[in-house]
Amino acid sequence: MSVLVVVECDKGEVKKSSLEVASYGAQVAQALGTTATAVAVGEATEANLAKLGEQGISKVLFDNEPRLKDFVNGAYTKLIAAAADKEQAKVIVLANSNIGASVGSRLAVRLKASLATNVVELPKIDGGQFTVKRGAFSGKAFADVVLSGERKIIAVKKNSIEALHNGGQTAQVESFSAQLSDADFADAPKQVIMQDQAGGILLPEADKVVSGGRGMKGPENWHLIEDLAKALGAATACSKPVSDVDWRPHHEHVGQTGITVSPNLYIACGISGAIQHLAGVNSSKVIVVINKDPEAPFFKAADYGIVGDVFEVLPKLTQAVKELG
Amino acid sequence: MKFLVCISNVPDTTTKITFTPDNKEFNKAGVQFVINPWDEYALTRAIELKEAQGSGTVTVLNVGEADTEPNIRKALAIGADDAIRVNAAPKDAWFVAQQIAHYAKEGGYDVILMGKESIDYNGFQVHGMVGELLGIPTVAPAMKLDMSGNTATLEREIEGGKEIVEVNTPFVASCQQPMCEPRIPNMRGIMTARTKPLKVVEPVGEGAATAVAEYALPPKKQGVKLIPAEQAGELIKLLRNEAKVI
Ligand SMILES: Cc1cc2nc3c(=O)[nH]c(=O)nc-3n(C[C@H](O)[C@H](O)[C@H](O)COP(=O)(O)OP(=O)(O)OC[C@H]3O[C@@H](n4cnc5c(N)ncnc54)[C@H](O)[C@@H]3O)c2cc1C
Ligand SMILES: Cc1cc2nc3c(=O)[nH]c(=O)nc-3n(C[C@H](O)[C@H](O)[C@H](O)COP(=O)(O)OP(=O)(O)OC[C@H]3O[C@@H](n4cnc5c(N)ncnc54)[C@H](O)[C@@H]3O)c2cc1C
Repeated sequence: MSVLVVVECDKGEVKKSSLEVASYGAQVAQALGTTATAVAVGEATEANLAKLGEQGISKVLFDNEPRLKDFVNGAYTKLIAAAADKEQAKVIVLANSNIGASVGSRLAVRLKASLATNVVELPKIDGGQFTVKRGAFSGKAFADVVLSGERKIIAVKKNSIEALHNGGQTAQVESFSAQLSDADFADAPKQVIMQDQAGGILLPEADKVVSGGRGMKGPENWHLIEDLAKALGAATACSKPVSDVDWRPHHEHVGQTGITVSPNLYIACGISGAIQHLAGVNSSKVIVVINKDPEAPFFKAADYGIVGDVFEVLPKLTQAVKELG
Repeated sequence: MKFLVCISNVPDTTTKITFTPDNKEFNKAGVQFVINPWDEYALTRAIELKEAQGSGTVTVLNVGEADTEPNIRKALAIGADDAIRVNAAPKDAWFVAQQIAHYAKEGGYDVILMGKESIDYNGFQVHGMVGELLGIPTVAPAMKLDMSGNTATLEREIEGGKEIVEVNTPFVASCQQPMCEPRIPNMRGIMTARTKPLKVVEPVGEGAATAVAEYALPPKKQGVKLIPAEQAGELIKLLRNEAKVI
């Protein structure tokens, strides 16, 4: 019996959220007195998979089937189910990503497991029963959920668990085949289109985000947001009305009806702080608000604030970051 | 083509969330419930596709007690043809998925559409479970859905991009923007909704696989520290030395 963790890889690298997942799984394994095995999906390299030892993983199962480079729900589910059987895994940990949660929900049925998504803490373990804390009501609350099934699947919210780094440890990479057939690739993509990320930083994975609202006045002013983001190594985001009028692409829209982010630092520029916007950002560790209206509701949710004009404040911030070196 | 659209009844997006004194249940008192915003994309797109095909039906399904009927009627007013309510409190995703899978199979639907996730419980899981129960593909979350004969072309959002996926009916898709512009009911819709069939059926299958022990609100913020605009650079120093986030 071991704990199985699912690591998503992209362009050879293990995603940051999967380093968190691996660390989560390793800590659960330790609490249960067992080891953690990873199964890799996406475009991976053996060298990078071996480095998962630093997160406490002892073994990595890797199927070199080229069609697994892109996300295919059917094939990923079968691969992970086969790995879970091989390892007799009672606990499966994956990222609460579009990929992780899609696969997790199919696995829950296939393996007759209790599933919790959006989990933000390590479980409380009481015999065969786990209690996990998960985000609910769009960031406005938490729920402690009891998983009583014999098998448990946990999808861990990004940025809620610190990744471990035990220098020098390596994991053993083992080739593994789930005997996939063409039928498992029914939902294989015909085409994959990746966005041009500002500065190459994926918004859902970012640990710093600079976000703009209607107060930015128009798309021609976005260089102010991008300059600060670049200086900080942050991703860029926006409020819903901004993407609705196409100042920015839809995939940058955060909030209740956009994507949810939980970075260490969220800087809101010219965003009023409507409840639907807050729902997507309120689990950020530190929130900074720049708004010319001292009554803007966002200040109530902020840790730091500047009451001022974004067009004057943003260049000063960018300059100050550059001076930090 | 027969479309099944699953709708969840959720607290309005502006609701201030509170719980009963023992923190075991959401406090529904005074809360306005709406159709889950994502499910409105599923509903509108199903109606658009039916209209484009010139034939077919759109059925809405909700797992919920009688208090969800106003929102089921709203879905009928927006343009669904008929409705099914599975008469049970939605205990958890596994319970809900079993109901949807059972009645979807019974009705022989070609396309099962849902929202990306419920905005109350934020599960992002019912669609995967239903696909697995029925042994058919699930495409989640879908930003675009077009049909040509029995083949659907979808855009599936993945972190950092999208995949173009083609699947044949039957399949499950969970919808999100920018799939369509959700419709709102018009007067005629509201009038005709009153007489459209709403069938109440009993739950099937097993109970829940999970249970909520307790709810909690996030810890309160300390309050905002304001930095004068003229000294904006000070903020960056605080973020480095005090908050330690840069
Ligand atoms: C069902 C539903 C779902 C929704 N989902 C979302 C969602 O997911 N995400 C989302 O963001 N919104 C969502 N909304 C919309 C939300 O209610 C707000 O309308 C929206 O967030 C406002 O965007 P904003 O803050 O950019 O614009 P505004 O509310 O117009 O605020 C602009 C702000 O900029 C400030 N400002 C103006 N000029 C300057 C300047 N020169 N310098 C500094 N500050 C300046 C103003 O003081 C103001 O506070 C949703 C609404 C509904 C009904
Ligand atoms: C106040 C309150 C408290 C709740 N407490 C719990 C709880 O403690 N534990 C729990 O698991 N659930 C709870 N629920 C039920 C929850 O709303 C769901 O119906 C169910 O759990 C699935 O939610 P999900 O977030 O996992 O769905 P998701 O997987 O996020 O939903 C995806 C899609 O599935 C469809 N769908 C979801 N629910 C239904 C439904 N009932 N009928 C028809 N289609 C649906 C919709 O299209 C939705 O967009 C509660 C609901 C309310 C209103």
